[in-house]
Amino acid sequence: MKVSVRVGVVAAAVVFALTACSAGSGASSGGSSAGGDQKLSIGLVAEPASLDFTTTDGAAIPQALLGNVYETLVKQDADSGKIVPSLAKSWTVSPDRKTYTFDLVADAKFTNDRPFTANDAVFSINRVKTAWTTSLKSAMDVVATAKAVSPTQLQVTLAKPSNDWLFRMTTRIGAMFSETGVSALATTPVGTGPFKFEKWNRGDSIVLDRNDGYWGTKPFFQQITLKYFKDATALNNALLTSTINVIGTVQAPEALSQFTNNAKYQVIEGTTNGEVLLSFNNERPVFKDIRTRQAIRMAIDHKALLDTCWAGRGKLIGSMVPPTDPWYEDLTGVAPYDLTKAKSLLQASGAAGKTLRLRLPTLPYATSCGQVVKSMLEQAGLKVQIDQLEFPAAWLTTVFKNADYDMSIIAHVEPRDLGAVFNAKYYTRYDDPTLQADLAAADAGDEAAQIADMKKAARRLSEQAAGDWLFLLPNLMVADKDVKGLPQNAITENFDLSKLAR
Amino acid sequence: MIVRLIERAGVFLVSLAISSVLVFAFMAVLPGDPARVALGVNASDEAVAELRRQFGLDRSLPVQYFDWLGGLLHGDLGTSYVSKAAIGPQVFDRLQVTLWLVVAGMIIALVVAAPAGTIMAARHRKVSGLALSALSQVGVAVPAFLAGILLIVVFAVKLGWLPANGWTPPAQDPGMFLKQLVLPALSLGLVQGAVLTRYVRSAVLDVLREDYLRTARAKGLRPFQALWRHGLRNAAVPVVTVLGLQLATLLIGAVVVERVFVIPGLGSLLLDGVSNRDLLLVQDVVMVLVLAVLLVNFVVDVLYAALDPRLRTS
Repeated sequence: MKVSVRVGVVAAAVVFALTACSAGSGASSGGSSAGGDQKLSIGLVAEPASLDFTTTDGAAIPQALLGNVYETLVKQDADSGKIVPSLAKSWTVSPDRKTYTFDLVADAKFTNDRPFTANDAVFSINRVKTAWTTSLKSAMDVVATAKAVSPTQLQVTLAKPSNDWLFRMTTRIGAMFSETGVSALATTPVGTGPFKFEKWNRGDSIVLDRNDGYWGTKPFFQQITLKYFKDATALNNALLTSTINVIGTVQAPEALSQFTNNAKYQVIEGTTNGEVLLSFNNERPVFKDIRTRQAIRMAIDHKALLDTCWAGRGKLIGSMVPPTDPWYEDLTGVAPYDLTKAKSLLQASGAAGKTLRLRLPTLPYATSCGQVVKSMLEQAGLKVQIDQLEFPAAWLTTVFKNADYDMSIIAHVEPRDLGAVFNAKYYTRYDDPTLQADLAAADAGDEAAQIADMKKAARRLSEQAAGDWLFLLPNLMVADKDVKGLPQNAITENFDLSKLAR
Repeated sequence: MIVRLIERAGVFLVSLAISSVLVFAFMAVLPGDPARVALGVNASDEAVAELRRQFGLDRSLPVQYFDWLGGLLHGDLGTSYVSKAAIGPQVFDRLQVTLWLVVAGMIIALVVAAPAGTIMAARHRKVSGLALSALSQVGVAVPAFLAGILLIVVFAVKLGWLPANGWTPPAQDPGMFLKQLVLPALSLGLVQGAVLTRYVRSAVLDVLREDYLRTARAKGLRPFQALWRHGLRNAAVPVVTVLGLQLATLLIGAVVVERVFVIPGLGSLLLDGVSNRDLLLVQDVVMVLVLAVLLVNFVVDVLYAALDPRLRTS
């Protein structure tokens, strides 16, 4: 199940497709019977292990349920990356940036027929601290109090200013639950969303039905089935034989040609939050010298690497920021490919001729890109020993938990994860007070200050060569030609099904 | 006969006990902490320790083993580490799916192998016999998953006659059930059938050389008549033994075929369990498979005696 390991690293990043509103907002214009009783089937990988993301980790549950069955107060727009209203019509922040006042929509109700009120919001926020068991709950620690001013007004006070908190409210920890609907989250989700949970055929599929009592624009499709596949070939065959209508996340870019050459299908390519990182264990003596780290970045011809190991699909980024974040800058020029310079830097740092251990998780992109990285680094004068570690369990224990590695390759798919990935406690063991100061300033400042400080942090990371960003995973989808409203970018935790139409 | 039955039952129980220890031991040495995989890596050490306590993973291995065994003897397969759901019903549901697959595969294998092997033996010096023999060699060499992929490409993707994957319970839609069963059952059955053909052929050849068959032919029966009346029952003895052994291969083959055809059977459950480090679930599923194989071998042993009177008296 694939699995239940979040990490920002998660499973197959590729696996995690999905998104939010984008390309076809407005595609499903009309009332409850826009599509009559039409149905749609979407092929995905990584079936959830349970339906309760408050106690079970993993990308698959919010992918299916968040935004579709559960809604958040605020959500992230997939095109602009901006935070936009959802169950909260609007919100204001106090001058000291510690108190948020949300005005809630008045006519939302849960599928158990209870109305959604500010009390449910207070209950949901407090419940993260008390009942959630996954590590994500810590994002709610900064909340000092949450109180209902009126049924439609909520006030949340933070212990210190935090831009990140509002952003995290767009993710699963911001999901709004009914006070009377949390008794059986693992089997019977109750939310306010455009779809209601209908059925889970374990090992096979999850079925969602249109919520005819939805407060907002009702979805086009009466029923959407999320069908789970373990195998890329089986997924492709299912579309070719019309068992499904959409491949929600393409597992093998080299297999796309069978669809691009066929007029029956459309191929969508956008971006994700999945930075494929060649991580360094910055605690190891060999990586203490910045010249070694820079040399490795310069020894890798990123364009050639992307063409070889991921069929040229994806985007070169040069730091830990995807293009959908407001502070994105193209930093691919910081360490351009320069084999001669890489060789001399390695000589100067004394790393030339040393053997580095590249411990790869058994994930498709890591396996194929690892070989290319090895050959490129060996041309520059390093020796590279590749170890394959079974993902998730073996890789998590060895590399992630114990940091027993020199280099690894993994896609970090969490949104806005620069600070989470590059710190002394994480497996990158990257200890940099300057970076931490930039990040702290970004979290506390206003919007403009946040963007400026995050840019500084991203550039610092790239210049210090804390790791190497091989490329950004693409969001690749294939669908029947007439399916509309598919999200181009996959930057949120959920797959927004409400905009889909024919 | 009774003595033999008791003796075989004893072997069956001892094998089962040894298997349970081995299965448990293998799970115990598998790298990767189930609690950490379940919680995600950012989880604090305290949270992981708490979950280990909830799972009972903090107890000594012998205690964990006997606790598990005790549960099994009471029909309680425990609770999944990952989904927190009872394992018993899941295994039961998935087992039914896999049984359909295995039984259908076995029937296809027999339908293919019995006549083909007999013809190969009866005509082992003629062109038709040799041609069949060569064909069966090809079948033996092809793994079930490859056969599955080839069948999908031809019958699902190119011709569009049958679905490429999926599973519908027979009670829900019998027509769809059969359609979806055909290709996976064929990919299991044809490969197994090819293997079985070789055994049928040599068993029939052996029988053909027996004196009683020569006598039957001397009395005026044509070769196939003689074989049909006197030979096949004797040829069946070694074939039944092989059939029992092959069931294990068939179950393993089903694990792979379930993946190729996206069938929610025991095999997919097992693979998911392994990658999630849902160790208890894996232990249970493997034990169910071991039990199935041992049980079949036990039954085969007993049948063996029933088919061959010589074994009854000895």
